This record gives sequence, structure tokens and C-alpha cells, in this order.
Amino acid sequence: MTRIKTQYNRRSFIKVSAAAGGGMLIGFSWLNGCNPNTPEPEPGVAMPKEWFEINGYIKIGDTGLVTIYSPNPEIGQNVRTSMPMIVAEELDVPWENVVVEQAPLNTGWYQNQFAGGSLSIRLSWNALRMAGATGRRMLMEAAAKEWGVQVSDLNASNGAIKEKNGERSVTYGEIASKAVGIEVPEEVELKGVKDFKLIGTSIKNVDGKKIVTGQPLFGLDFHRDGMQLAMIQHPPAFGMTVKDFNEAEIKSMPGIKDAFIVDTTVEEPGGFDEKGFKQLIAIVGDSTWELMQAKKALKANWETTGELESSEIHVKRLEKALVSGEIMESRKDGNPEATFKKAAKIIERTYSAPFIAHNTLEPMNFFANVTADSAELIGPTQTPEALEGSVSKLLNLPLENVTVNMTRIGGGFGRRLYVHFGVEAAAISKKIGAPVKLIYSREDDMTQGTYRPTYRSVYKAGLDENNNLIAFTVKGAGLPEGPVFPNRFPAGAVENYSAEKIKAPTNVTTGAWRAPRSNFTAGAEQAFLDEVAEAAGKDPIDFRLELFDRAINNPVGEKHEYEAERYAGVLKLVKEKANWGVTKPDVHRGVAAYFCHSTYVAEVFDMVLNNGQPVVEKVWCAVDCGIVVNRDAAKNMIQGGVIDGIGHSMYSQLTFENGAPNQMNFDKYQLIRHSQAPKEIEVFFVENEIDPTGLGEPGLPPAIGALANALYKATGQRHYHQPFMTEKQVVG
Amino acid sequence: MANFNLKINGKTQQLDVDPTTPMLWVLRDHLKLVGTKYGCGISQCGACTIHLDDNAVRSCQLPISAVGDQNITTIEGLSENGDHPVQLAWMEEDVYQCGYCQAGQIMNASAFLKKNPNPTDEEIEGAMNGNICRCGTYTRIKKAIKTAADSKIA
Repeated sequence: MTRIKTQYNRRSFIKVSAAAGGGMLIGFSWLNGCNPNTPEPEPGVAMPKEWFEINGYIKIGDTGLVTIYSPNPEIGQNVRTSMPMIVAEELDVPWENVVVEQAPLNTGWYQNQFAGGSLSIRLSWNALRMAGATGRRMLMEAAAKEWGVQVSDLNASNGAIKEKNGERSVTYGEIASKAVGIEVPEEVELKGVKDFKLIGTSIKNVDGKKIVTGQPLFGLDFHRDGMQLAMIQHPPAFGMTVKDFNEAEIKSMPGIKDAFIVDTTVEEPGGFDEKGFKQLIAIVGDSTWELMQAKKALKANWETTGELESSEIHVKRLEKALVSGEIMESRKDGNPEATFKKAAKIIERTYSAPFIAHNTLEPMNFFANVTADSAELIGPTQTPEALEGSVSKLLNLPLENVTVNMTRIGGGFGRRLYVHFGVEAAAISKKIGAPVKLIYSREDDMTQGTYRPTYRSVYKAGLDENNNLIAFTVKGAGLPEGPVFPNRFPAGAVENYSAEKIKAPTNVTTGAWRAPRSNFTAGAEQAFLDEVAEAAGKDPIDFRLELFDRAINNPVGEKHEYEAERYAGVLKLVKEKANWGVTKPDVHRGVAAYFCHSTYVAEVFDMVLNNGQPVVEKVWCAVDCGIVVNRDAAKNMIQGGVIDGIGHSMYSQLTFENGAPNQMNFDKYQLIRHSQAPKEIEVFFVENEIDPTGLGEPGLPPAIGALANALYKATGQRHYHQPFMTEKQVVG
Repeated sequence: MANFNLKINGKTQQLDVDPTTPMLWVLRDHLKLVGTKYGCGISQCGACTIHLDDNAVRSCQLPISAVGDQNITTIEGLSENGDHPVQLAWMEEDVYQCGYCQAGQIMNASAFLKKNPNPTDEEIEGAMNGNICRCGTYTRIKKAIKTAADSKIA
């Protein structure tokens, strides 16, 4: 057991109310319209008559049903199941007794209520455990007081408290009313990892039944009587703004209530505020179809206020930046340039990747209800706190007058870190003086911007006459941010090393896209190392392990970002599981490993050629993310990452002409489909007791390297430019 | 505007809407049956898949005026209690991540299995290729379809 002070998160543990079903904690209950605040329990536990709020995370009913509030946005990473699992583990309550509700944004009670950087579990691990442990302790103290014994005379397990040397026992439901009066303990004991009963098992998604029966879960499904619908039209190109439009004609169309230009500029914008299209045409009406017809009838005058960029311009800008661009970050060990002069072999390769869109399958949308002195926002956001701040600035309202509730989110991938669609909904609601749900069409969504930047990196390696890697350099440029992580592998493993991250300008707006920068750099670096290993005549896994040995035994230069032992650990595990080294006829293998978001992942791809077409038959993944919380769901995240990595590096790109993207919908923008996915993906975890790290992103980056390396083995062609399927030198 | 009487999930619904309105928006906006999802509006993603009699169709491309007296089934009407073999198989394999595309995947898979109760892997891929899953749950979807097929009640 670990003793842990509760101060860290103490504000959220202050008991809030003994009142039945109410109190200060306002559950987000629109999904249960006819039955407010009563989520559906599994059969077996009766619906309580009274609820007792133990702390900001836990509400216990008199029948023993426990509501656990999941604080973070659910974007498909399954935190609505895994976060409550952690609370339930320390509370020690059977999972069958648990129902989960989405917590509203409440910065007083919860920390880090966002979904990004694969950080939900990592940042909340201690807080969630403490929430459960505090609740358990308070229930035990209540029982001890009732029976006139010491807490140390009691055991609490599986939702019941028993006397160690006596007959008496009481369920959590029976004692909950008494726990409400108990003072919050100064410190609590956490379970030892070996005593975990729930953590590490596979618990099915708490929303599974609702998903397969089509219940209203998502922002786009939200409805409130009296609300209007709205759509927007942004300028057709980056570098343009709206001047005017045929307002009278649009307003006269069937089902259209209003049409106007809305300004969503906020003062002192933050990193999640809109950088591009701030003035938009907004159309308000009764139904989505009528709004779509009105959008088609729009005749707008657009003003060109900046350069209208093309993909050709983007490539030239990246090439120029690699020669003379501004360096944002760098590292240098030894003297790579001098070492290259004496190297026996030099390998130099250029890699590139295009702009890509997030394309969450649920397009951007948000509900807003703005009154003279308040704003209520409901919808899919990865950053409710940033949205609250931006809306407060837009409307000049104090923060406490803005509320944000989170729906289930139909895909995030970083797209919904940005808050413009919520801000736009608020601006429209204010203008019309009524509640409104803003809906983006797919075309609005795909052409709005906030893309993954386009990248170009040059890698160079020098081998001595004994085929040792003696020098390694990388220069990487991006529009607008370079993709290089100077202190990541192989920093620390090569005597003469340099890395430069270079920026270059664009007026195309960009944002964080699942595993930012790693989503390009991993593929480039791991494909390059494969080529270097080949030139050195070494097995690609042995070659990498040699480098990790160097980083472990005699690290070069200042501290690097990764733990070489854990990096080598996943490579060794995948080597063993995939039976690396045993060849099968007509099966071509590629390997890659990458570290990002504090998690280590190695992958082996088996590829076959089917009528000349490459098909990924099987993928083995080895993952070190510390303690695994929800095992099968964790595998699902890694499997999804692999498929996402294959899809985007093989098929997806946005190209530009006159400032406008050429791809506006899924007819021209290719996403991976069923027949292109691997036939099987097996996931193995390194078993350890390290605090858990994230899984939303780390599965994706190495997939691109392993894919490129398997493609080479299968086809004899190295692939340097994404998307590999078209392999066009023109990116953008 | 025009009047329509539609048979949806076993019930008759009276509607007064623009005859060009796609069934997707009739279901979502007029009937509040929001299980059928909007993804692209051009029949490329399959999120809006419903059944017209026994056939899987993209409701974003089906104007209300073309429905006539055919039976419409949406995800809400696929089974009484969420216990259609395909729904059960989806829960068994814990398929979903974000979950947004899955109603369309399930509607497509259930119509397909009715016509082909013992499909090969290639047949599954061919039948499901029009349904995009942005989260990448394809391997689990395929497994769930096989699980449903094996249950012999699909």
C-alpha cells in the first residue's frame, strides 16, 4: 500500500451535499430526458430512492448503486470506462454496481479536464485513485462510528464493510447516508498494484449498448425544444475574407429564419482559438436540409487579403526552409560534418508528407444558448475549459456565467482541441437571441483548416569501415512548425549528432493532429534507419538494439528524452512474439519502434503481394505504457492507431490551388477502408508497475515506419513521400 | 411541401416536408431518430445506412419522395431490445472507439448477413468497403461480423 496525501486534489473531495439526488453536483442528464439524473443501472441493482454525494467523483445510492463521474471528454479513447474503473478499484465496489455519468466542466473539482496529448489517464491516475480511496475510507469511518470500533478493525471490499473479528457487516449503500457527515481524511491508503481487481482486466465500453442501438449520445444528436439550427459558410480559400452576400435572397428561402455575417474574433486569442476564418456567413433555419439548400444559393463577395498559396509554393517554401529557414530548436553532439568527411559510407534521404485533415466522422457542431448574462454550451469539445474562456471573452461574461457540458465525441484526433465551432455557436445564439445548434457540412469541416502541417526532412548518416554509425543528422521543416524532436532517439546513441527543427510561413491554418510531428517523424526516421541498417549489413532490430546499448551504457551528450531500456524492451518483446528472424515464403517483414507521449511501441508488419497489390497480413505490436488499465480497450486503441497510420501514410492528402484545398469530401479525400486494413493485429504489453501513460496516440507513428519497411521488402521500392500510394513528389 | 405516410420501424409516420428532403434529414430533424448519422452527404462514408425493405441504402441519397410504401428500418428499429445478433456481436467484440460510424456499419452488416449468412473474409470486405471508420476498428468489425454469422441466427 502507498499512503498518499489528499491535498493534491482536496477541493474535489469536499463533501457537497447530503440532499437526495441533488446538491451542487449537476449531472449531465439530457440523455435521460424522462428520468433526470438516473442513468440506467444494469439489472441486479435496484434504482436508489436516495443518493449520497461522497465527493466530486462518487455518488452512492441507498441500494448500493454507485454513480462515478467521468471528468474528461470521451473522444473514443474510452476514458468513460477506464477513468471510472480506477475510481471503482480504490473504492472497491463491484463493477456491476457502477453507472457512469459525464461530469460537467468544473475547474474547482477536477483537474485537466481535456482530451489531448494522450494525457487523460496519465494526469488523472492519482486523482482518480484518491477519489476512490477517500470514499472507501469515509465509508469505513462511518461504519466504525456506528459500531463504536476502530477503522483498523474493519475490512472494506466489494461494496461492503465487515468486522475483521466480528459478525457485523454493512453494504456501502446502507452506510452511505452516514458517510456524508464524515470529515474528509488528511491522507488515504492506496492499494498495491498486486491487489488490483479491476485494473488490468477487460471491462466492456459502458456506452456499448447505447452505441449499437443508436441512442442520442453525440453533439450532433443534441436537441432542445425551441432551438434553431444554423450552418456557416467560411471563405473558399486561405487568404480570403467575406465582404458581403445576397442576404435578402437567402432570408427569403423556405425555412430560413435569418442570415448575417458573424465576427468571432476574441481578444488576446489563445492557442486553441481560430487563426484563420473569423468572419463567417451564418444562416439560421428550421431544418438542416433547408439550410443546405440556402448554402447552395449563397452568392458571396470574397476579398483577397493574403497570398493564395498552392502546393507548388508549399514545396518550394519547405525546400528553401531546409537551406536557410529559421531554426526553432536544435541539438548538436560532437562534430557530424567533420565525421561525414571521413565516413566509409554516407546515406542521405529526403522524406515528405502533405497537409492532412482530421476528418472526424462527426463533423464539427455545438449547441449554444446565450442570454443577456449567461452562456450555456453543450457539445463535442476536447478542451471545455479553453472553450469556456473563449466564450467568456467573446461575450464579455464572467467565467462563472459560462457553463460547458460534454457530449460523447464522434472522433477527436486533435481537431476538437480547437474551440472555434463552440465560439461560433455562441456568437450566432447571441445574435438571434435564441438557443441554436451549429452544424458543419462535411465540406465546411474539411476545408476549414486546422490541418496537420506539411513536412519535409533530410536525414543523413555516416558509417565507418566496420559499419558502425558514427554520424547522424536530421533537418526537418514544416509549414508552419518543423517536425523534429531534437532530443529523441537516436540522440544519445550516436557520437556525432545534430537535429534542427525549422519553421516556414503559411496562411493555411494548422493544428495538433493525432501524435503531432511524431506522425511524420517516426515514419521518416524508422524508414531511414532501416536503410542505414541495410547499408551496414545488419539486421534492423539488432542495429537498433546496438544503438540502445550505447544510450544505456555510455550516453552521448545532454539528457535525451527516452528511457533506452524501455525502448529496447518493446523491440525485444516484438522480436520474440513475431518470431523475428524466421522467414516465411512470400511474406515480407518490416519493423519500427517509436517513443512518444511517454509510451514505447514497436511493431512488426507482415506483408504479402496479392495480384501485385501489397496487403498487410498481420501486425504484431509490443507496447510499454506502464500499468494497463482496461486491457482489451487498450488493445483497441493500438489497433486503431496502426490502421490510422497505414491509412494516412498510404492514401490521404490535401493539395492546394489558389489558397483552396482540392479535396472537400470523401470522394476525393481518401481514407482507409475495410479491404485496406490489416487482416490481423495482435497487441502485447510489457508487464510492469510503472504509473500508466497514454495510448491514444503512440500506436500510430511506428506503423508508418513498419509499413514503409515492409513495402520495401515486398516491392523493392523505398517510399519517401506520403501518401505512399501516389508517391508524388509534389506535396502540400 | 408535400404529405407523406411512411412505414418506419413498424410504425406509420405522417410527414409534411419538401419532397427532395433526403431520408437522413427526415429521420434526424423531423422524427428525432438520430441514430442514423450524417458523415458526408454524398454516399461515400456509409454512416447514414438504413434498410429499405431488406436492402441497405444510404439515406443521405434517398429523397423522401422515392420511399413510397417500402418499409424503412433504422438502427433504433433493428431489434426490440438491442439484441439483434449483429448488435450482440458488436458488444461481444467491444468493437467501437468513438462509436459514431457504428450504427451505419451495423445496418450495413445486418442487411449483408441476411443475404449471405456465411461470408468469406473477402466477401465481408467487399460488402463493408463503403463504410468508413475513422478510428480504425475495421479488424474488430470483421471479427464481429464473423461472430454474428457463427451465431447462426443473423
